[in-house]
Parts: sequence; structure tokens; C-alpha cells
Amino acid sequence: MKYVDDFRDGELARALGAAIHAEVQPCREYRLMEFCGGHTHAISRYGIADLLPPQVRLIHGPGCPVCVLPIGRIDQAIRLALAQRAILCSYGDTLRVPASDKLSLLRAKGRGADVRMVYSPLDALQVARANPAREVVFLAIGFETTTPPTAVAVKQAQAEGLANFSLLCNHVLTPAAMHAILAAPQGVQLDGFVGPAHVSTVIGSAPYEPFARDYRKPVVIAGFEPLDVMRAIQMLIRQINDGRAEVENEFTRAVTPDGNRKAQALVAEVFELRDDFEWRGLGTVPASALKLRAEFAAFDAEARFAIPYAAVPDHKACECAAILRGEKRPEECRIFGTACTPDNPVGSCMVSSEGACAAYYTYGRFREAAPVTTTTSA
Amino acid sequence: MKSAHSRPLDLKHGRVDLSHGAGGRAMAQLIEDLFARELGNEFLAQGDDGARLPACAGPLVMATDAHVVSPLFFPGGDIGCLSVHGTINDVAVMGARPLYLAASFVLEEGLPLADLARIVSSMAAAAREAGVPVVTGDTKVVERGKADGVFITTTGVGVRLDGVDVSGANARPGDAVLVSGPLGDHGMAIMSVRENLAFDSPIVSDTAALHDLVAALLAAVPDTRVLRDPTRGGLAATLNEIAHQSGVGIVLDEAAIPVRPAVAAACELLGLDPLDIANEGRVIVVCPASSADRALAALRAHPLGSEAARIGDIIADDRRFVQMKTRFGGRRMVDWLAGDALPRIC
Repeated sequence: MKYVDDFRDGELARALGAAIHAEVQPCREYRLMEFCGGHTHAISRYGIADLLPPQVRLIHGPGCPVCVLPIGRIDQAIRLALAQRAILCSYGDTLRVPASDKLSLLRAKGRGADVRMVYSPLDALQVARANPAREVVFLAIGFETTTPPTAVAVKQAQAEGLANFSLLCNHVLTPAAMHAILAAPQGVQLDGFVGPAHVSTVIGSAPYEPFARDYRKPVVIAGFEPLDVMRAIQMLIRQINDGRAEVENEFTRAVTPDGNRKAQALVAEVFELRDDFEWRGLGTVPASALKLRAEFAAFDAEARFAIPYAAVPDHKACECAAILRGEKRPEECRIFGTACTPDNPVGSCMVSSEGACAAYYTYGRFREAAPVTTTTSA
Repeated sequence: MKSAHSRPLDLKHGRVDLSHGAGGRAMAQLIEDLFARELGNEFLAQGDDGARLPACAGPLVMATDAHVVSPLFFPGGDIGCLSVHGTINDVAVMGARPLYLAASFVLEEGLPLADLARIVSSMAAAAREAGVPVVTGDTKVVERGKADGVFITTTGVGVRLDGVDVSGANARPGDAVLVSGPLGDHGMAIMSVRENLAFDSPIVSDTAALHDLVAALLAAVPDTRVLRDPTRGGLAATLNEIAHQSGVGIVLDEAAIPVRPAVAAACELLGLDPLDIANEGRVIVVCPASSADRALAALRAHPLGSEAARIGDIIADDRRFVQMKTRFGGRRMVDWLAGDALPRIC
């Protein structure tokens, strides 16, 4: 903890906040998108917005794996567990995502589905070993960070000849989503990106070059600690003030230009690009997700079970799509905090604590009203 | 005279079966050889359907709690002592002196008798140490798969201390908020075993009976306004309950909230917030700011409160928000948890 505490130091934060105040140009707005849910979470949890000048507007991007998972994919997982009687293994925060028929994986569990929370795909392998007579499916979700461990699990399953293990693969790609945001026909006003932390440890900083070069948007890769985020914001403001658009790396303690080549090779060995994939909020994005290669088809739940994909439209009033594209703020959604709360989420942004709506609701709701005066504290 | 049960209870290799709850000889033997032997006291010895208790001086307080913990044994305790502490604490934070407990067991067919014996023995030790006897009880056995080893429901009766008026509805703007010790120990001790997470220094549950600590506090600060034990949902849930009941807001100072480094590290690893994690041996105190130093001194003078801290203040706020000044220098809400605490993915 000593190591991470250094990146949460309040005094350093105040000094950095003061420096940022001094550097912003008073008459302009800086619209910065933090792509990752991990950044959204850090910003909300540490109250970073309180340390920034009003000219800086943070826009929460789609980098929350749970939030961008379309309803139809959760429906498939539920069908696997309920109709096909498979043991469905999932990361914890996927369990509450609302699906069709007022179901979620958690509610399906209440109806008799065998749904198990795991911390790693290797835990799912263990479940498969322990239940040789049952089909065990791992609901694989996430960006480039969680893909290599899934690849390890598939290789391991192949080596062991684990015939009852398969994946429902939903791994998606960060650069493709950033491209989709910038290329959106309705346009999006952005001055720069706080670039992904853990994702960049895998893919490196090079894949962001086109955003600086072709779209003239500065990108600063930042760690998930609050001082990382503030430092990246300062670096972005400097680029914008100088009229530069470059890929800079604040997270040098973990990210290199080329990333983790071994992990990349492993992913390339097991997975290949899908032609396109439906994202919640971004719609169908070409070449934005991965599927298992033909050699590993035996571990592909979509090939193994009859679970055809059916797209399901979002709830009419839900603004998750516009929020994920950075066009709207959570509190601009009509059902935010009324019909849609973390206890009864309508949209996926309200489910994971990395989702923009849940982060606003859980950590930042007091900002909507005038600040209250506080008495002195101990 | 020769005992009616010629074959002794096999506490080494035996298992609970349906006959242990069927009302026959096996059940009588289980009660006599295990429950009565371990928990024995003059009231239980009456051997009737309930306990005849002496008259009490003062208004009564009653609380009940169902205990369903998995695993049954965890670092720092087990379901047995937990079921005694939990209910004693519920009575104590009502501003009462706990007097008696009742205990109901739901046993799952197949539970090793050795485990049951360990649990009952731990329960007996906890009750003895606390000076609060289990005066009546009940046992049922359900088929395998219909319970998780053993469920224990305990009910406690106590008598309210003179001149004390504590309630979740009594907090007022300007009051101070204190906590008796570090947060999250119990929940993370359970989680570390349940999820098979090995840490260098094991996290140990804080399960303990708080009635002595509470009595010492109330003797020093009779104008204490609110007492609550932050069990399920942790500090966050408890403070939100108090804010809602009292119609006030709360502002916490993150830097003042005690959390052990091992607990903070485990939470960090799993993407959990220590403020949401269950405690079984901590009490939240709200008292007038003018009494805060006295309250803190009284808590710290007791072994169970040696790491007590003042963590925040009650403010006027119609929205009843619990907010926190972060160590980082910002502000955030401390909300109820939605559903269970689920680890984040990355």
C-alpha cells in the first residue's frame, strides 16, 4: 500500500491542482475524455473534479467493459445457463447487468441457473475440472487487459483436453472504440483523451498515434491513481495550449511504446478479429472485437451451443448510448436517479462502479445542488 | 442410574442425521450430551419448553439475529461465537445491558458432529465470557442441500440503562461521529477464506461482544445520541441509516477513518471499499461535539476501543447525504451499497 499511497498524496494533489488552475486559459473550455472506466472511478472516488478549474470538463468514455456489453450478449449467457443448463462463470460486476425479460445473471441464478462468480478465467477452468459431467462456460468480457488471461485459459484447456470448457467471447478493442467516437457522423466535441492505463501496458502507446496524427487529438496515457489522472490532465492542457497533438505517456512506470509483446503474441495465437461487433452506445463497430480462431473452435460457446445472437434495443428513455459517446452527462438523462439507480439499473452505465452513471450517482450526486456548509471536522 | 443412551454420541466421526431433529432419543441425546453440557446454566437446566426468568428492573430491549455465515469457521471466530456476539451487540447498542439469550439451530443433515461440537463450545465460551447465558433453545434438522451446514438464530433480552436515550433518530447537526476501531476486518477475514485469497498477514475477524465497551462509554457520556454496530453494509450503510432516520447529513474525513493496511490492501486488490465491508466488533457513536473528547477517551480506555477515532460530523442537510472529504483533497458521496459488494473486473 505504501507504493500506491504515494500516488494519492493530498498535498501533492493540491499543488498540482494549483498549477493546473494557473495554466488553463480562462476563456476556453477543455473537453477531455477519459476513455477508461478505471479513470472514471478514480475521478469520482477521489473527488478529483473538486481540484480542477471549471474550464476543465471531463467526459466519461466507453471504457467500462460491463457498460458496453449489449443486452443481446447477456441474453445469450442467460440462455446458456437457463436453457442449456451450463455452469456460467462470470466476473462479479457483470452479474447485475439488466437483460431481456427483466432478467440479469443474478436473477437467472434465483430461477435455478448455475451462475458462479470468478476472479479469473483460471477459476472457471477449475470449475470445469471439478464438474466433468457439466458444460462450463466462461463469460469472457473486457478490453485488451483481460484478453491475455482468457487466452491462457483456452491454451490451458486445450493442453489438458478439458472438453467441457468453453468461452462466450466478448473481448473488445480500445483503439477501435476511440476511432468510432471520433468518426461518429453526429460529431463529438473533444479536445483530447486521457489514455487507458492497464490496456496500454498490453498494447503499448503506439496504437494511439493515429488519433494524434489524423484527428489532431492529444492523447496522454495515464495510470489509474488520482495523481496520475491529474498529471495527465495537466499534460493535455499544455498540449492544447501549445497547439500540439501528440501521444504522451504519463504512465511510464508501466507502459512502453510497444507494450507487452508476449501477451500480444498469445492473444494473436488464440483470437482473431471479428468483422464487426455490437457495442452498447456505439452501435455496430467494424473490426472492434475478437473471436476464437478456428483451431480453438471447440472452446467457442457460440459454435457449441444453439444461442444465435439477437440485438435488443435499449430502454426508450435510457441515454446510455449518448452518455457512452460523451454527448450527454448522466444527470441529463431523464431517468437518472429516478427510474434508474444502482439498485434497479435500467442502463448498463448504472451497473458497474466504473460506469459513468453509477459513479455520478454513488459518489457525485451532491454536486447537482448547492454545496452545503460544513462544520469543522476532527 | 444407568443413562438411557447406552451408545455415546460419536463426536469424532458422527454426523447429524434426520433423527437428531425428530424428537426421539437421538435428539434428546444431542441436546443432553452437547447443548446442555456446553451451554449449561440454571435456566437451561429447568428442562422445560421455555425459561422462567426473574423480574427485571427497568424497561426491556429485545433483538434477534439470524446467522448464516460461510465458511462456518474463519480467522478470528466461527458461527458459534458470532451468533452470541451479534445479538449481544444489537441489544447493547440499544443502550441496554444484555441479560439472556435464546438460540435456535437449523442443522443440515450430514454436518459433522465434531464441527457442531466446536461451534457449540465456541458459543458457550463466548456466552460465558460475556456473562450472558443462553437460557432456552431449539434444534431442527433439514435434509442435505436445504441449508448450509448450520444456521443459528439468537434472540437477546436486555434492560435499558438508566437515563440513556439512544436511537438512530437522535443525531443533530453539530454532533460528532466516532468509531471504536478499524473497519472491515470481519468481512475481509471471511472473504479471504471464501475466495481462497492468501495474504502474508492473515486478516482476523473483529467479532467481539461490545456491551462492556458500550456501558463504559455510556457511563462517561450519558448524553450519547446514537449507537450502531456497522455490520452488513459496513460504515457506509450504517451512516446512511442514521442520516435518514435523523434527517441530517454527515461529513466524514477519510484521513481519520481507521482501516488496517492488510484490509486496505485486500480491498484494493478486489476493487472493494472498506467502508462497505461488514464489522462484528465495532460500534459507531454519535454524541454532542462537546462530549466527543470524553467519548473518545472512554472508548480508548477499553481494550476493544483502543483504536477508536473521531471520523466526522453531523451537518444540516435535507437531502440526508453522507459525504466524505477524501484524503486526496476532493469530496465524494458515501452511498449505500447497491446489492452485494461485487469485485470490479479491472
